[in-house]
Amino acid sequence: MLLLNCPCCGVDADETELAAGGEAHLKRETVGAEDEAFEAYLFMRDNPRGVHFERWRHAYGCGKWFLAARDTVTLEVFGTYPAQTKKPPKAIENALKKKRPDWKGWA
Amino acid sequence: MGMSTRLATGGRLLNRARAVEFNFNGKRLTGYEGDTLASALLANNQVLVGRSFKYHRPRGIVASGAEEPNALVNLGKGGRFEPNQRATTTELFEGLSATSQNHWPSLEYDVGVLNNYVARLLPAGFYYKTFMAPRAAWKHVFEPIIRQSAGLGKAPKDRDADRYEHFHAHVDILIVGGGIAGLQAARTAAASGARVLLVEQTANWGGRAPADGSVVDGIAAEEWITKAVEDLEKMDNVHLRTRCMGAGVYDHGYALAYERVADHLPANGQPRHRLWRIRARQIVTATGAIERPLSFAGNDIPGVMLASAVRDYVANFGVSPGDRTVVVTNNDDAYRTAIALKEAGLDVPAILDARPEATGPLARRARDLGIRVEPGKGIAKVIGGKRVTSVKICAQSGEGAALEEIPCEAVAMSGGWSPVVHLWSHCGGKLTWDETNAHFRPDPDRAPTNQDGEGFVKTAGAASGEVSTANCLKDADAAGRAAAKAAGFKPEPGDAATAEAEEVQPMLPVWVMPQGAGIAKRMKMWLDYQNDVKVSDVQLAAREGFESVEHAKRYTTLGMATDQGKLSNINGLAVLSQSLNSEIPKVGTTTFRPPYTPISMGSIGGEARGELFQPVRQTPIHDWHQANGAYFEPVGHWRRPYCYRRDGESTEQAVQREVKNTRQALGLLDASTLGKIIVRGPDAGRFLDMLYTNMMSNLAVGKCRYGLMCSENGFLIDDGVVARLDDDTWLCHTTTGGADRIHGWMEDWLQCEWWDWQVYTANVTEQFAQIAVVGPNARKLLEKLGGMDVSKEALPFMQWADGTIGGFSTRVFRISFSGELSYEIAVPAGQGRAFWDALVAGGEEFGLMAYGTECLHILRAEKGFIMIGDETDGTIIPQDLGLDWAISKKKDDYLGKRAQARSHMTDPNRWKLVGLETLDGAVIPDGAYAVGEGRNANGQRNTIGRITSSYYSPTLDRGIAMGLVDHGPNRMGEVIEFPTLGAGSQPIRARIVDPVFYDKAGEKQNV
Ligand SMILES: [Zn+2]
Repeated sequence: MLLLNCPCCGVDADETELAAGGEAHLKRETVGAEDEAFEAYLFMRDNPRGVHFERWRHAYGCGKWFLAARDTVTLEVFGTYPAQTKKPPKAIENALKKKRPDWKGWA
Repeated sequence: MGMSTRLATGGRLLNRARAVEFNFNGKRLTGYEGDTLASALLANNQVLVGRSFKYHRPRGIVASGAEEPNALVNLGKGGRFEPNQRATTTELFEGLSATSQNHWPSLEYDVGVLNNYVARLLPAGFYYKTFMAPRAAWKHVFEPIIRQSAGLGKAPKDRDADRYEHFHAHVDILIVGGGIAGLQAARTAAASGARVLLVEQTANWGGRAPADGSVVDGIAAEEWITKAVEDLEKMDNVHLRTRCMGAGVYDHGYALAYERVADHLPANGQPRHRLWRIRARQIVTATGAIERPLSFAGNDIPGVMLASAVRDYVANFGVSPGDRTVVVTNNDDAYRTAIALKEAGLDVPAILDARPEATGPLARRARDLGIRVEPGKGIAKVIGGKRVTSVKICAQSGEGAALEEIPCEAVAMSGGWSPVVHLWSHCGGKLTWDETNAHFRPDPDRAPTNQDGEGFVKTAGAASGEVSTANCLKDADAAGRAAAKAAGFKPEPGDAATAEAEEVQPMLPVWVMPQGAGIAKRMKMWLDYQNDVKVSDVQLAAREGFESVEHAKRYTTLGMATDQGKLSNINGLAVLSQSLNSEIPKVGTTTFRPPYTPISMGSIGGEARGELFQPVRQTPIHDWHQANGAYFEPVGHWRRPYCYRRDGESTEQAVQREVKNTRQALGLLDASTLGKIIVRGPDAGRFLDMLYTNMMSNLAVGKCRYGLMCSENGFLIDDGVVARLDDDTWLCHTTTGGADRIHGWMEDWLQCEWWDWQVYTANVTEQFAQIAVVGPNARKLLEKLGGMDVSKEALPFMQWADGTIGGFSTRVFRISFSGELSYEIAVPAGQGRAFWDALVAGGEEFGLMAYGTECLHILRAEKGFIMIGDETDGTIIPQDLGLDWAISKKKDDYLGKRAQARSHMTDPNRWKLVGLETLDGAVIPDGAYAVGEGRNANGQRNTIGRITSSYYSPTLDRGIAMGLVDHGPNRMGEVIEFPTLGAGSQPIRARIVDPVFYDKAGEKQNV
């Protein structure tokens, strides 16, 4: 059972306190978007074997959303950070480059 | 002859002063306090304890602990009945009642044993092969055989009489296993100041060391153990638990332990089992090792036991397995059994040692005791039916020509030891093959990793693959030290216990005995006793191409029984690898999955059963409903009155009465469950314009507006009335089931997308009771109670106002979900019941009756109002429901707008909402489909519509329905057909009409 630190309230939260919210850093497409871009926004998700950025809500705690960088194979957590972040923080990116030299990097 | 019996002395775990009566298969037997059911059965010469799964072969006790595959019993009676309980881990208690399993009509005379005689016809993969046989063979031959042999034990019939609980623990270091390694690891770890939890699955500390006669720190192991436990008990940072099995290790240091609190003290008021849910920074598994059987012909005959188990029964329980025990081994350890038997005054006719010579110190000691040691020998065949009577011995290197027959009552076998690696492996710990000891042991360089990518499990003692007492202690100290350090503590320079180094003659891997055994012998060599998998079955599987160990396991069912292959896996693996001419590590192991041994369903459920299974939400008025005949229905986690039945009334009659009374006089509805979410802030209007399909920012203060919410996919997800409370504040009503979901939805957008918008939300659903006063007399009642002006002029339709009514502080909404004159009145939840009572008392003269959810549904359906979950199912857009009027054309964007512009959403052929009126007044079944011309590619009739809501309308005295129909709104007046089920049944014919059946002009609600 995963243990993730909620960056909002500081609690190390059990997975049972959390609700998963899928891939992080999606860009909302809306009126005016081409069909293909809108389809990608609604349905197309990364499913990497390895480094993944994802959304979690501390649903049975403070109620806040946050983001996590996690390895989907080893379940190693490289860090959690506030939902109000457009891309992974530099510190997490640096940690990832060190721990996962194969990581393709943040696009 | 051939008795297994209680010795006059000995048995370190027994309290011979306390005799304990118990019952096995109806026989009254006696044991002692401290016995397990298995030791007590053996003491009573009950060697035969069950039958195997497939061939119904007689099965005796093989082991002395959790690895036992055979001695499974039905335990207890009535509400405390439970099948498949291992006799070896069941502590004896006064009045224990057990029956053996998997036989008919009796254990001694079993009809299913016929399977045994057709064993040649039931080889590996038998079940799969039968699928290819003719159909008739299944019905008349295979199915009856399989049914006969399917299933061990009986299913309990009564409700579980016990209670269970969960217990959460957070520790620095969890140590699993209370043998000398676990105790030493705990001492070392605890000395660093770390919080330590040490759990031991049996009732006794110390593991195997006392029965093995180990010496620790120069004193008998038993003495050292007592002292170590006393020392640990004195430490505040250490918790000790016996009867508590480490069941599983999971991600990020989570672990489950299963404490059998009261299995040995039934009905004493304590919970029977306690499931420990543990978060540990580090876990040390000191889970010991399990002895492996040897594969020789007849190794499944009752009386053939593991050498270590024989030693346990003699040393721990003072039980003799028989006067004469032949020991057969490939390693030194089994000599300890021979010596223990001899020292207990029993006869050991021979030690058959498969190794070409026996030169170790234990062999010397055995010879000194006058025991005949036969190096290079093995068992050609065990003779006996329900009990061993003799063994034929042979050269291990040959094909099994019998050299001699030795009469005996028991055989003690040892094929070497396998570390218990289950907990290490559960979360990804890897294994390495140890050539010296011929076993898989944990590879410390490939430990399971935690959230930081660091190893979080260490192993200690025999679980690491250590064999000698000295090395076990050293390894345990190192494990305790490493765990403490990894958990952030500074281990003290140690005073770890020590033992003298032992000289050991290396073991010899022996997978088949004798080495050149022919097929007739290999068909009698059992690998998996419970599932009846033999050496020949695994070899056949290999020949048939099942080269992967996971495939071979499933094909043969090796290791798939309730013991999960604790005894059989390594032996099976070795046979498979030999058949494939491959090396054992190349073939690999099957996957270890939790729990280590089965844990009760009760413990998994814990307190969550009966009323506590799921929390029930009740409104402040719940008790009144209960006292007034409410028939409740679940709505989300809520319980809402479906209707209120009066004396002699059926549910339908009650509903019809409620509908008529509300339309004609006055109805009262507890609408407290309705979601209420406050949305406030400078950007609240802008936010709601994104959330709802229509405009909310321009709603005037004091007014109400109905609104729709869609997902980004365009589908309708919720609806409700929004009221503007002040410049900055809106109150959003949601559906009963939608309150939490919609509040979460709002927060998602505010936190993750529009985080710079200044908006605050609060779900105040439970802060207010809300009561709908509905019907032509509604205003009269409120005016009688007195207070605020509720006239049409002061409070018109679709407006709200704060004020007092009957002395209560209220907020009154002029909204209607029924089409009648209606006030929905919110009061603080604490006032809900008193206000309800005041309305009920005041309303008597106006014909007031409470109504429930079914009446609510009929009232809204008569008015053509949609219901989320009836008219919607996650694939419906507002445009399908004729709700275009509630979609703003002025807004640039709202959630779902882009999606609703996709070609499939704008397709003119989407089914649309209409009303349906049956020609004969019947009620169409909910969900029924209408059929049209032609047939589809599957030859089924084409469908042209389906019913979404269908009721008998007491107001109109006929069936009314809403449904989605192909081009429905353009086909008003057309009659379509709904086929019904049943032979010869006629389709129901219905006319397409406007969905508003009642008061089309809306005059009644607007007065
Ligand atoms: Zn939090």
